[in-house]
Amino acid sequence: MLYLNQPFAQHALIAGALVAISCGLIGPFVVTRGMAFAVHGTSELAFTGAAAGLLIDGNPIGGALVGSLIVAIAIGVLGTRERERDSAIGVILAFGLGVGVLLLGYYHGFSTAATNILFGNIFGVSYNQLGALVAIGVVVMIVMAFAFRPLLFASVDADVATARGVPVRRLGFVFLIVLALTVTAAAQVVGTLLVLSLAITPAAAAQRWSPNPITVTVLSIAFALVAADGGILAGLGSTTIKPSVFVTSISFALYVGSRIVGPRFARRRRRAVPDMRTADMPITDMVAPA
Amino acid sequence: MTVAVVRLHDASMRFGARTLFEHLDLDLEAGEFLAVLGPNGAGKTTLLQILLGLTRLSEGVVEIDGRPPRRGSHDVGYVPQQRAFDRDLPIRGRDLVRFGLDGHRRGLPFGSAATRVRVDAAIRSVGAERYADAPVGLLSGGEQQRLRIAQALIGDPTVLLCDEPLLSLDLSHQQEVSELIDARRRDTGCSVVFVTHEINPILPYVDRVLYLAGGKCAVGAPDEVLTSEGLSALYGTEIDVLNVRGRIIVVGSDDAAPTEPGGHHHHHHDHHGAGSH
Repeated sequence: MLYLNQPFAQHALIAGALVAISCGLIGPFVVTRGMAFAVHGTSELAFTGAAAGLLIDGNPIGGALVGSLIVAIAIGVLGTRERERDSAIGVILAFGLGVGVLLLGYYHGFSTAATNILFGNIFGVSYNQLGALVAIGVVVMIVMAFAFRPLLFASVDADVATARGVPVRRLGFVFLIVLALTVTAAAQVVGTLLVLSLAITPAAAAQRWSPNPITVTVLSIAFALVAADGGILAGLGSTTIKPSVFVTSISFALYVGSRIVGPRFARRRRRAVPDMRTADMPITDMVAPA
Repeated sequence: MTVAVVRLHDASMRFGARTLFEHLDLDLEAGEFLAVLGPNGAGKTTLLQILLGLTRLSEGVVEIDGRPPRRGSHDVGYVPQQRAFDRDLPIRGRDLVRFGLDGHRRGLPFGSAATRVRVDAAIRSVGAERYADAPVGLLSGGEQQRLRIAQALIGDPTVLLCDEPLLSLDLSHQQEVSELIDARRRDTGCSVVFVTHEINPILPYVDRVLYLAGGKCAVGAPDEVLTSEGLSALYGTEIDVLNVRGRIIVVGSDDAAPTEPGGHHHHHHDHHGAGSH
């Protein structure tokens, strides 16, 4: 590859890897907690924040961070139950997007700045922005390393986790903050509109292969890495197509492939367990319709 | 005289002007099986929350092993009612069991060999080896509840708190799960506080009954508490208690009285009801 010794390409690959690790790490929790819509809402509002940042001092990433954090806090305060939460997100999302469009209307700089917010501009990552992405990635990884097990417990079974002394509400709030940070970082790579392709698709694909939470997390990170850096490498070779397109395409291909092959693999593994299938086992008829 | 495992002394619980129970005295001994009965909203679940340290009594004393209940204490195990999990939830039976041991602890879920040995032993103690590595979303209600019991008992609690663990199970699974809880209590010597709508599946194992209704309560052996006179006094209305071939049936003259199990309840049906298809 011609560009691999160029700083812009190296920055892009490092940024892509950092974002992929964060996204891959939180993805399984997003899926388990049914928060896909929250990711979408947070990233749309990161767009509003980025537009505001652009207008105020030409700094979309700072604005995106503020925007997504405000949404995360609002979601945490407004909605505790899932259905309540989703309608709260819908309400905030619709209003926030309107404000974002208004703000962009007042912006008279480069018109590409707006599309960069929406669809990402990974090859434009400056040295300072890279520093911000590294900081966000490190914070997300440290928090998740501490919170992983109780968060998993709380996500799977909030009632029993509460009974066992897990601070379920507080952890949910911490996760929303981590989510906001990750979304802001991911928006730099794939843009606010396409964040779901790194924050959800790899995790959803990983779940097809195994019921083991550790395996799923490792696979989710691996898929996100392949999609992000694979997409960036492919983008280096193209002058017309944005890397975001490749990132989302690879991510989607991994998902489709996992849906087709994954369950068969998981079932074969399970059947290897001795005595797994006996006459009165409901699991025998549960596995059949995939 | 040993210290009671669970001790309630002159305990009262109110929400605003509504009294759930008052002047409740109860000493639960080691290995004793207590059934907590009563209509919806009588305070059965609130009582469990008090024992879990999640809610405080309005007045009176509550102790577990001589200490006030503490959130997340290993002195208590908790078995909730069965509920449906997503089919592709990335959690296996053994992960669910392990949560009872260290789910509340910070860190990544990598386990030591010692942890694995304990989890395996807990799985074996409830006879769940066959499906311990399957995703929980694919298990039947009965299988799930077996794993729940293993999860609740893995920390060696002195009292097992069960909140309607038979709800939404079919009859044969209700029997199996009740038998298992009784067997585990005999093996481990832990006491059982069993909240339920329906006493019949657990009647052979119950030592005492706590009946909550209309802000009042009664404690005693099943045949002392579950009488027409006793329940009529609690509800303040005419109640008939019938004993039909070893099953207890409570017939009330109005809606305040309990009906057959699940009559008031809307809940998930046991989709995976094994044996029935």
